[in-house]
Amino acid sequence: MADYTSAELLTINAARLLRDGDVVFVGVGLPNLACNLARRTHAPNLVMIYEAGVIGAQPTRLPLSIGDPTLVSGAISVCSMYDIFALYLQRGNIDVGFLGGAQIDRYGNINATVIGDYLHPKVRLPGSGGSMEIAAWANRCYIITPHQKRRFPEKVDFRTSAGFLGHRREREAARLRGGGPQAVVTDIGILEPDESGELILSALHPGRTIDEAKENTGWDLRVSASLRFTDPPTETELNILRNELDPGRIYLRGGE
Amino acid sequence: MSKLMPLSEAIRKYVHDGDLVYAAGFTHLIPFAAGHEIIRQHKRNLVLARATPDLIYDQMVAAGCVRKVIFSYMGNPGVGSLRVMRAEIEAGRLEWEEYSHFSMISRLQAGASGLPFMPMNPTAAGDLERVNPNYRQVIDPFSGSPVVVVPPLKPDVAIVHVQRCDAEGNAQIWGIIGEQKEAAFAAERVIVTAEEIVDESIIRSDPNRTLIPAFIVDAVCHVPYCAHPSYTQGYYDRDNEFYLSWDEISKSRQKVQEYLDEWVFGVPDRSAYWEKLGPEVHRRLRVGERLSVPVNFGSY
Repeated sequence: MADYTSAELLTINAARLLRDGDVVFVGVGLPNLACNLARRTHAPNLVMIYEAGVIGAQPTRLPLSIGDPTLVSGAISVCSMYDIFALYLQRGNIDVGFLGGAQIDRYGNINATVIGDYLHPKVRLPGSGGSMEIAAWANRCYIITPHQKRRFPEKVDFRTSAGFLGHRREREAARLRGGGPQAVVTDIGILEPDESGELILSALHPGRTIDEAKENTGWDLRVSASLRFTDPPTETELNILRNELDPGRIYLRGGE
Repeated sequence: MSKLMPLSEAIRKYVHDGDLVYAAGFTHLIPFAAGHEIIRQHKRNLVLARATPDLIYDQMVAAGCVRKVIFSYMGNPGVGSLRVMRAEIEAGRLEWEEYSHFSMISRLQAGASGLPFMPMNPTAAGDLERVNPNYRQVIDPFSGSPVVVVPPLKPDVAIVHVQRCDAEGNAQIWGIIGEQKEAAFAAERVIVTAEEIVDESIIRSDPNRTLIPAFIVDAVCHVPYCAHPSYTQGYYDRDNEFYLSWDEISKSRQKVQEYLDEWVFGVPDRSAYWEKLGPEVHRRLRVGERLSVPVNFGSY
C-alpha cells in the first residue's frame, strides 16, 4: 500500500467526482476538504454552500463546525436557514450534496437517526439535520464512508434520508426533484447504483480486491461488468491536502 | 422606552417553569449566558427547542431543568454526540420530538408568520413522518400533488443574542443569521442579549441589518461575551477547544456536575465567567478586523 491514509484516499476520490461550476452543499470534515481540493485542481469555479446559510464561502482555515466564522468572512452571501433550504435546496439550485450516516443500505437509503427501535433506541444518533432534504432535492448525492459490514446492512434500521427506497421506480414514483445517490466512496472502492438503483461495486482502489469489498458489505454485493481501478492519489493532490488544507491533520489522520 | 435590565431579572421575569423556550442561533450567537442563568435559577420542566441543541441544551438537561427537547440535529457540531442528552434519551428519562432541519425551521416560519402550517415538498424518507405525528400530508389543491405540512412552533419565550441593539430592543445581527428572526417573531416573549448597547442613531444608520424591531422585544440585556463557547462574528472566535473538551467532560456525569458547580453555580454572572476564563483564552479568541465597505443610503 502506498503511503496515504484512507481518509486521504476517500477525500481525493470524492473530489474527483465534482465538476467545475458545481454548486455544492458542503458538510464539515472530508466533504469540505474534497470541495477545497477540487477547487484547487480541476474545479476552480465550484461554489461552496453551507447549511448554516453561507453561499460562496472561501474559508481561510479548516472549520471544525458547519457554522464557523471563517465561512462568513469573504463569502458571497449569508442568508437565513429557512432561505438556504427553501430558495437554494428546495428550489433546485444545488447540484451536489454530500451525505454520511451510520448505515447505508442496498438502495442507498441512509440511517443517521437510531440503531434499534426508535422509541427504545440501542444507540441514539444525532438525527437528520439537513440530510433528509439534501438526499431528496440535490441533483446528485455522494456518500463518503468507511467500508464496514455493519455500515452496509441489507436494510437500514431507520430511513433518515431517501436513496432509491426499494427500487429506482419507487423513487421516481415519489417525484423527488433530486437524482439520488450517484456514488458511495469507501476506502475499498466505489459503489454506484445500477438501473434498478441497487448499489454495485463499480471501482476498486489500487491494491484492493473484490473479495474484500464483498466481505465488508452486508448484502450480496454485485460487481459491475465494467469494474475499473481508481487512479492512485497523485503527488499534487496529496501535497495540497497535507500542506494547504489540513496541515494539522485533523481530518486526514483517519485510517493511518 | 428602555427595556434594559440585568439578565438575571429578565430570566426571572420572562422564563417560567414549564415554558417552551427557544434559545436561538445556528452555531453562531448561542446565548450560553442565558442558559447558565436559567440553570442558576433552577427553572424546571422546560421544553427546549433548537434545530441544533448544542452544548447549551446538553448543560441544561444535565442540570435537571428540562422535561422535553425538540430538535433536528442532536450533535456536538464537528465533534460527535451530545452525550448527556443522548444518555437521557437512551435511558428513557427525557422526552423528545424530532424533525429534519427544514421541517423544524418551517415550523418556526409558520409560527413567525401567523400561519396554521407550512408546506414543504415531500422527501420520501418516511420514517420520521411515521414516528412524529406533527408531519401530515395534504393535497395541493392546485396541482393535486401531495405536500408535507408541519404546524407552527410558538415558543413561550425566545432568547436571541445579537451584536448590537439599542435600549428599546431594535437589534442588529450580521454573520450567520440562522433562525433568530423567526424565533423572535414566533415567540410570545422575547429576551434580547447584546454584545453592545448602542444609540438608536447607530441602528438607524444601517436599517437593513436590523432583524428584530423593538416592539416585539420584552427585555434587553447587555451581556458581553454572552455566546462563549459559541461566538459572535467580529467580536470573538468560537472556542473549538471547549467544544472538544466538552466531549471528554460529558463522558462522566460527575465531571459534568463539577463543571456546572465551577462555571455556572460558581460564578454570579457572565462577566465573572469571562474573567475566570483568563487572559490566555481571551487572547486565543480575539479576532482581527475585516471591515465591510460603507454604503450610501442617500440623504432625502
